[in-house]
Amino acid sequence: MLKLLIIAIDSMLISNIVLMRFLGICPYIGVSKKQETAAGMGFAVIFVMVMATLISYLLQIYVLNPLKLEYLQTIVFIFVIAALVQIVEITMKKIAPALFEALGIYLPLITTNCTILGVAILNIQKNYNLIETIVFSLSTGIGYFIAIYLFAGIREKLEWADIPEPFKGPAIGIITAGLMSLAFFGFTGLVKM
Amino acid sequence: MNSLKKIFNGIWTNNPVLVVLLGFCPTLAVSTTVNNAVGMAFAATFVLISSNIVISSIRKFVPNKMRIPVFIIVIATFVTIVDLVVYGYFPKLHKSLGVFIPLIVVNCIVFGRAEAFASKNNVFDSFLDGLGMGIGFLLTISVLAAIREVIGNGTFWGVKLFGESYSPAIVAILPPGAFLTIGLMLGGMNFVNIKNKEREKMKQKLEKEKLKIQKEVK
Repeated sequence: MLKLLIIAIDSMLISNIVLMRFLGICPYIGVSKKQETAAGMGFAVIFVMVMATLISYLLQIYVLNPLKLEYLQTIVFIFVIAALVQIVEITMKKIAPALFEALGIYLPLITTNCTILGVAILNIQKNYNLIETIVFSLSTGIGYFIAIYLFAGIREKLEWADIPEPFKGPAIGIITAGLMSLAFFGFTGLVKM
Repeated sequence: MNSLKKIFNGIWTNNPVLVVLLGFCPTLAVSTTVNNAVGMAFAATFVLISSNIVISSIRKFVPNKMRIPVFIIVIATFVTIVDLVVYGYFPKLHKSLGVFIPLIVVNCIVFGRAEAFASKNNVFDSFLDGLGMGIGFLLTISVLAAIREVIGNGTFWGVKLFGESYSPAIVAILPPGAFLTIGLMLGGMNFVNIKNKEREKMKQKLEKEKLKIQKEVK
């Protein structure tokens, strides 16, 4: 139980997926101009991340390992993720149209989001079991949500700030992300791995 | 001349990282030392060039609707090749690059060039485009890594630059330093571009005035 808690806190705050592990920075900069869209993107990432990590974990354990096809990991995983996102999109449209309206436009963006593939591969590298896999992917997704939601809040305020000409746009955004990363660095040492 | 222009396009005008803002993740993550950065850049450039060549040579047989899965397979194949080669010949580098080698698959630079350029142009142009983008990526990531390594660790390619009394500002090689450094680099690049534009405007103005004066004199 303690180990699960440690995994959760570690992947949510200490090794935050965006600010400490540098995964998923393109959408982090791209879809963070408004808090609403940031929240939508965050939820979509949590949703897809848990499903994709779970499925790729099962594939690795029950298909790739017994057949000794580990070297196909990259190709198989990226395909599974791309297919999964498509399936999720279609089912969501049928079953939960309200949810689809909220998250739909973010789903295709997620296929090329390196967080999903990155977490699927990291999960295999860390040798987690089934429950740990679920906790790890869920809390990493929540970490992404926290990072992008807070960042969008700061960026909304930045709109009104007087920024030197060359730094307008993405440059100041990235520097802001750097300061946020500095703040998240304060979590280091919260728990000992 | 034209081919030189295409390569330069990737280095400055359309620099994949600093202008198009693609491929940030590997750029920030592996730029803690120059050594890692150059390794990553070569791996990515190899994938870029070879996937560009293959995709542009099969572009006429691939139906439009099927193109994205086909591109992904081509790219993933080359990434797997790179992954295994680096694992076999440079195990140390493989360890420090970690998850970021397989992640070249979803690197937006590679996919973006395949979609935007290689699927519409001939093989030679696509090769040049891949080369230019690769060099642009290499230069950006090396400059970033050099700044971070020198400030944060006091070394360059593992060689100590300063005496014993130098105490490095570790923050530069920690994650926040990556964001701050690339943010400042972006700002610097914008600054140069803005100054260039102003200078050109001034030149045009001067020429117009010159013409006016010449007319008046006549």
